[in-house]
Amino acid sequence: MVAALLVPIHLFLYGLAFPLGWLKAPGYESTLALVRLPFTRVYLFVLCALPLFHWAHRFRYTLCDGLQIKHLNELINLFCYGGAIGGTAVAGYLLWNIP
Amino acid sequence: MREAPAYTEYHPKWHRIRTSTYWWLGQRAYLKFILRELSSLAVAFFVVITLLHIRALTQGPEAYAEFEAWLRAPLLIALNVVSFCFVLFHAITWFNLAPKALAVRLGGKRMPDFVITALNYVVWLAVSAGVAWFVLGG
Repeated sequence: MVAALLVPIHLFLYGLAFPLGWLKAPGYESTLALVRLPFTRVYLFVLCALPLFHWAHRFRYTLCDGLQIKHLNELINLFCYGGAIGGTAVAGYLLWNIP
Repeated sequence: MREAPAYTEYHPKWHRIRTSTYWWLGQRAYLKFILRELSSLAVAFFVVITLLHIRALTQGPEAYAEFEAWLRAPLLIALNVVSFCFVLFHAITWFNLAPKALAVRLGGKRMPDFVITALNYVVWLAVSAGVAWFVLGG
């Protein structure tokens, strides 16, 4: 649900609108001030963690059922869920250490 | 008198036609399904870009400016366009599927499917507007 509700607008703003100049990008100082807020840190953590597990679960089944490589189940699970856990840890570390 | 030999049921392995790795190319519906599942890669790509964005923020204004310049590279723009299309495809198909997963009853009667779909779209637009307002410094 998070991926469907929140990812499109974020991707549109930071991936297309700001780089292409369609909208004026908020500067470094204002972005940093926004991200420093506890609410924003929690929001960004949820925005990173939940979609990562979304990816892990769906990609696991895409590999197993789509490519018919069920015999590599353990490797696929380690890659997918391990990647999601690792990414979540990285997100937590980065957001905790914002100056 | 000799006893009759014990009779054991014989179960041969069921015959299964081996599924091809390319089964999803067989029908349009299968291809659409796999493309929808592959949209999860676009979601993961977005998370990676976001994490790099946050890291650039923590490294100071020069690193942040470098990251913004990197985001303007043609390859990144192309990847973001493709990802955005996949993410939109995922969101639209998800909201269209919502009535199948969510049976809401009011006064004993099930709400029509289009109402649940419409409500999802309204929430999506409202949340997107809220995020844009927050990000743009409203």
